[in-house]
Amino acid sequence: MSDAPKPPALSEARRQEERRKVLHAAAVGCGVIGLSLLGLAPVALRKSARLRPPGALDEHDFLSSCIKCGQCVQVCPVEALKPADLFDGFGVGVPYLEPRKQACDFSCDVGQCILACPTGALTYHRSADFPVQAGQELAIKPTLRAKRGEPDATLNVEARMGVARLRDPQACWSVRGKPVQGPTRSKAFKGKLRYPEVDRWKPQPVREHVYDVPRCDLCVRECPVDGAISIDDVNGVPTPVVHDPCVGCGVCEMVCPAEPAAIVVDAQVPWRGEGQS
Amino acid sequence: MNRTLDQLRIMFGGEPRKPPPEALSPGAKHLYATKKLTKKDFLILQEKERAQVAQQKWKKRRWAVLITVNLLFVLSYQLDVQLVEGSLSGSRFLGFHLIDLNAALQLMLAHKHVIVNLLIGTATIGAVWLVLGGRSFCSWVCPYHLLAEWAEALHVKLAEKKLVKDHPLHRGLRTVLWVVFALLAYGTGYTVYEAVSPTGIVSRALIYGPGVALLWIVALLAFEVLYSRRAWCRYLCPVGLTYGLVGTFSPVRVHYDLAKCAHEGECRKVCLVPHVLDHIFKGRATNEHLDVGPDCTRCGKCVDVCPGGALSFTVKGLSRSPKPLVIPPPPQPPQVTP
Repeated sequence: MSDAPKPPALSEARRQEERRKVLHAAAVGCGVIGLSLLGLAPVALRKSARLRPPGALDEHDFLSSCIKCGQCVQVCPVEALKPADLFDGFGVGVPYLEPRKQACDFSCDVGQCILACPTGALTYHRSADFPVQAGQELAIKPTLRAKRGEPDATLNVEARMGVARLRDPQACWSVRGKPVQGPTRSKAFKGKLRYPEVDRWKPQPVREHVYDVPRCDLCVRECPVDGAISIDDVNGVPTPVVHDPCVGCGVCEMVCPAEPAAIVVDAQVPWRGEGQS
Repeated sequence: MNRTLDQLRIMFGGEPRKPPPEALSPGAKHLYATKKLTKKDFLILQEKERAQVAQQKWKKRRWAVLITVNLLFVLSYQLDVQLVEGSLSGSRFLGFHLIDLNAALQLMLAHKHVIVNLLIGTATIGAVWLVLGGRSFCSWVCPYHLLAEWAEALHVKLAEKKLVKDHPLHRGLRTVLWVVFALLAYGTGYTVYEAVSPTGIVSRALIYGPGVALLWIVALLAFEVLYSRRAWCRYLCPVGLTYGLVGTFSPVRVHYDLAKCAHEGECRKVCLVPHVLDHIFKGRATNEHLDVGPDCTRCGKCVDVCPGGALSFTVKGLSRSPKPLVIPPPPQPPQVTP
């Protein structure tokens, strides 16, 4: 063997170059993988859950099944959905709502976002693999106020997005007996809402809708779902009380005249019974 | 078939090998033995090349397509035309589902659950790129590719002035990342790769507005300008490998004609993946006609610069098949009369 002509060996410089390429590749590769794994931090450490569109699977399943295409974002008539930015880590590009800025008012009637979703991350019917968590199921299909009396007035979702909660009763204008005269939000507010009595099909800018209400009941007045909230007598004070049909759409939070809103939606929480808070 | 396997090996990160002389076809052998290029020929070629580079036919077409496709997404949403809804990871073209192959792969591994629409969209896109050339997605559609092309031009300019130096990485890295991100998706149940995917991030930024995620894109481009030329598309992007695999059997190819090749190597200088053009070195092409391997993004830069017309786009089954080389009989040895 020894007297056979050796194949031309790589020169020392060439071999060093190869070694350098491999080492640099390893370093860059570890960097990219490390950076991508940083995406876990926002998912694991987030204190308050994101409010997801109606029909969304449970958070972990939702993040894994969403293809981050934004078709739901595009079809929403009130532009309630936003694709998340990089701060959401693995949730980058995944849609969410900020109800105080723009709630889901169901003015599309059916959940256009659910129809648009190509992967089943938003779905009307949960398969057996992705059961609805206890407390998040809606006992009865919610009836849309705007469609009341029509044959298909119910919204075909099985799970709630969240639950509304009177965060601060002392700030609530109903509790304080304050009237609402004029618009409920400032001139700079960009949110829209379907006012069925104004236009069944076209959502209007909230800042342009003028109220004349002797004692605030906007959360009840504008709630798109039948029987989800009412002003009840609590210890002699007219107070908003959230009921089981609440879907967690956030319209009450959007139209609340108090600043910050006295009523808020807790995302992805189970129903714990009336009077919870 | 052997060449296809070898080209796959090279795509996964292997180095091109010099074929043994016996592997060369008679036609290739004959061409290597007889081809002569005088200095005058070479000068003529150089002049021709300069004119062609100025023309940049394919680059103009490609940029027009890339910009049009991405603009369609943007305008469909901004002007509510609803022609292509969604973004590059998933969309609907006139109502028909289209799903990016790599995004679909990540999602299926993470979610472990496939619904019909997802399957339809993935199969459609798979079929489209199988026909159109696999990695042609990279250079004709991916918006990051265009940004990286500009960064590359800057890098080359700075490198000419000796202000920066290119640091190549080992190409096997992309295969490793592809496997790692597949395993991570399966193991964690999150589509981990999407958190760093420049394709998804740039596409969404164009359609839904810019965000902090663009800082990652800026960092990547800076790395490519200052340190390693075209690093993401060359050594890192798992999307490129996914589409490369799809394009392995695609009829859309860059075709190489050994007879017209002057071996001056301009094509490799402009190529994103020069290892696919290894056969332009003398003695490396096993046949007088070759199709460039699957890692090729069909960007056409080599076609634009090739002065002899040795590189051209071809569609197998549609383009005329190259004429077989007629090898003249070897000259008869002079008869020696006793």
